[in-house]
Amino acid sequence: MSLFAEIVITGLLVIGAFFVLVGSMALNKLPDTLQRLHGPTKSTTLGVGSVLVASIIYFNLILEKFTIHELLISLFLFLTAPISAHLLAKAYLHTKD
Amino acid sequence: MLRAVLPHPLLALTLVVVWTLLFNSFTPGTIVTGIIVAISVTKFTSVYWPSDTRVRNPREIIAYMAVFLWDIVLSNIQVARLVLFRSGDRLKSRFVTVPLDVTSPEAIVALAATITLTPGTLSVDVAADNRSIIVHCLDVDDPDALVAGIKERYELRLKRILT
Repeated sequence: MSLFAEIVITGLLVIGAFFVLVGSMALNKLPDTLQRLHGPTKSTTLGVGSVLVASIIYFNLILEKFTIHELLISLFLFLTAPISAHLLAKAYLHTKD
Repeated sequence: MLRAVLPHPLLALTLVVVWTLLFNSFTPGTIVTGIIVAISVTKFTSVYWPSDTRVRNPREIIAYMAVFLWDIVLSNIQVARLVLFRSGDRLKSRFVTVPLDVTSPEAIVALAATITLTPGTLSVDVAADNRSIIVHCLDVDDPDALVAGIKERYELRLKRILT
């Protein structure tokens, strides 16, 4: 049981790290400001999400300590990511005109 | 009567849930404090929530969340593939205008946030008359299909949830 949980946690952490890395690579690689915005708004939601799910599993199954307040982080991320993306895009459009 | 004490029941419920999650414990004490906080916050901020948007179909929210979370996973894989295997200059990025059928501000915000978090699209701005959202697409071949997809997949569902 513990081994299985550890494999799942490791998998989630690797997936999370991969998507956060891709999000940062998008920032570096894409040529246009608006294209660059796509990276952090999406890749990081799944990246951070996987890390948080891994944290929930770790604390509940391995440390046997009940905790789900990681869900709040994803909730706040869902609330704030579109707003910051919208503000950045808007600021960009205004400087362009 | 209930409306006088609780102008926004759903907002209050959300606040109670967030409060208990913040404390990360489900003792009666936290829940009672949460209820007191939720009632006073909704009461004192009700002036800032003038529109009387009601949630019509709570069960639809779960369906919407499921579609939304699934699409986040798909969109991440799709965007990751574009970032890793396509050179930036060959991406067909462009703006697309999505005409809106929903009218309430809450529904427009929810739709715009959904667009930002899902496949290759990013809501940039809402038109001045609130009748359309300007969306930036990372890589798109058929803009009309994309607009139709957004309208069918998210807006129709949102319309059933928010009046």
